[in-house]
Amino acid sequence: MSLLEIKNVSKIYGELKALDNVSIHVDQGEWVAIMGPSGSGKSTMMNIIGCMDKPTMGEVLLDGVDIAKESSKRLTDIRRDKIGLIFQQFHMVNYLTAVENVMVSQYYHSMPDEEEALEALGRVGLRERARHLPSQLSGGEQQRVCVARALINHPELILADEPTGNLDEANENIVLDLFRQLHREGTTLIVVTHDPEVADAAQRTIVLEHGKLVKEVINEHFEA
Amino acid sequence: MSAAGLPFKNLTRKPGRTWALVLLTAFLSLSLFAGSVVVMSLQSGLRSLEARLGADIIVVPAAAKTKTDFQNILLQGTTGAFYMDAGLLDQIAAAEGVEKAAPQTFLATLKADCCSSRLQVIGIDQQADFTVQPWIAQSSSRELGPLEVAVGSDISAGVGDTLRIYRQSCPVVARLSPTGTGLDTAVYCSMETMKTLLEAAEEMGVSHKVTSDNAEEVISAVYVKVAEGASVDQVATSLMSHPRWKVAVVQTRSMITDVSDGLAGVASAVKVLIGAVWALSFVILLVVFALLTNERKREFAVLRLIGASRRSLRRLILTETGLVCLLGGCLGIAVGAAVIFLFTALIESALGLPYLTPDGGKIALVAVLSLLGTALMGALASARTAWHLSRVDTGSILREGN
Repeated sequence: MSLLEIKNVSKIYGELKALDNVSIHVDQGEWVAIMGPSGSGKSTMMNIIGCMDKPTMGEVLLDGVDIAKESSKRLTDIRRDKIGLIFQQFHMVNYLTAVENVMVSQYYHSMPDEEEALEALGRVGLRERARHLPSQLSGGEQQRVCVARALINHPELILADEPTGNLDEANENIVLDLFRQLHREGTTLIVVTHDPEVADAAQRTIVLEHGKLVKEVINEHFEA
Repeated sequence: MSAAGLPFKNLTRKPGRTWALVLLTAFLSLSLFAGSVVVMSLQSGLRSLEARLGADIIVVPAAAKTKTDFQNILLQGTTGAFYMDAGLLDQIAAAEGVEKAAPQTFLATLKADCCSSRLQVIGIDQQADFTVQPWIAQSSSRELGPLEVAVGSDISAGVGDTLRIYRQSCPVVARLSPTGTGLDTAVYCSMETMKTLLEAAEEMGVSHKVTSDNAEEVISAVYVKVAEGASVDQVATSLMSHPRWKVAVVQTRSMITDVSDGLAGVASAVKVLIGAVWALSFVILLVVFALLTNERKREFAVLRLIGASRRSLRRLILTETGLVCLLGGCLGIAVGAAVIFLFTALIESALGLPYLTPDGGKIALVAVLSLLGTALMGALASARTAWHLSRVDTGSILREGN
């Protein structure tokens, strides 16, 4: 069953076609990697799927809803309810502790629950660091807090943009193991990456170039 | 974590920035509160002066400094005395255009063993008086008896205390309500008591004789109420130009106008000062919030990312501003109140104008309005920031540096 269906989507900035008639579908529970060189349209795709931008043309069906036609307010609701976002930079609110950074996501979604937030931190191995401010955490730890924050509201889709780009090997493995665990639990993952090793961890890789989908590769060695 | 929790945490975990904003808003509310209370006190003092003078013309001896001394006694609370023949009272009362005439006699006490402290004693004719007597009647239902005195609100003695005036023991039987004028520092007694005190002073070598006459009895001033239909100017001119009386006249309307002009000048200066402080503070707040816009772009992009609506971000900034303004506003008002009330006497003497602090209800209203004004200023200054930050391009900001 398809969670995300992108049909003939184009995004045009003046003369530039950042996305040119791209069609992709992602099934529920699938793990997809999107690869491509700089300027290939990966970020534009990520913005559109993450409800942070709208396409110029085409349809983007997320769980049956065409998000290309929704209002900005509704897109915020959809992003909050269905999507967990992870970026390369460790975007934490710098005056909140690790657990508060997770709870603030609960606050805007439903209701803060400290025990549940601590459990989420425990899941990424940071329960003991829950009361630390971002400035007291390493880069890898901050990224793991961001992962905990992304999954605290049980989103249907985890959308990650270069999630391991700033991590050392040990932290990269921790994050990939977390993704594997989420995948086993049925969460749909879309990971934008430059790193072939990260792409290899996914079930399927989509390659973009100059805004067009040029290749789709099924990972035959994929291990759930 | 709650709706107020996020702004509260931001403020408490950025103490330097928060205190800078709090102090700035405190400065705003202090200037508005203190400035408003000073202006209101001056207006209140002027109204009180008008009520207490009650006469159209005040006749005093024609000596060179008498008019100035008299105004200083009334406005500044300085001590002084000047005398003229008490026989003039009947002649003034009989003059054309005069409806009522009431005498007052002044006596300045000494800062010596004979007296409790340096005081201005004013004797009134309790039957004829129409200016001080109604004021005394607000505090005491009976007339002042022999040696009994009523004291102005700035005199430290209270009812039941006894003042020593030229070795005479004078029991305090009434304490008068404040007027914000020099009258608050005076002691009031009947003409009979004043006669006794003048004799006691005479025995101690303090002369109260009219230098050019051999008057048996003396008075210092005659308060005149002009008859209806008569011209105050004409009556004043006629009294002053009498060939044998040698008197000067003070027209209370012109005195009040002088005070009113002085008050208008001070009020304008205070208003300009408040305006300048507010304009400057508004510009500083705008700059500070503009700098914060840049500093907090990423934080707000993160909050948008995790589902905060634009409206909730605007609310977040306005709540933060509200908390800062509330704290700063209260601090400013507290400091303003402390300065205003601790240094009332200093302000009063520096301004040299009648100064009567308004009652608690009015001050509380000014405090609330100052707080609201400060909050409104903060809200206006942060509104632009709130709008900008709520419209951040989440995707591009969070990808910066990737």
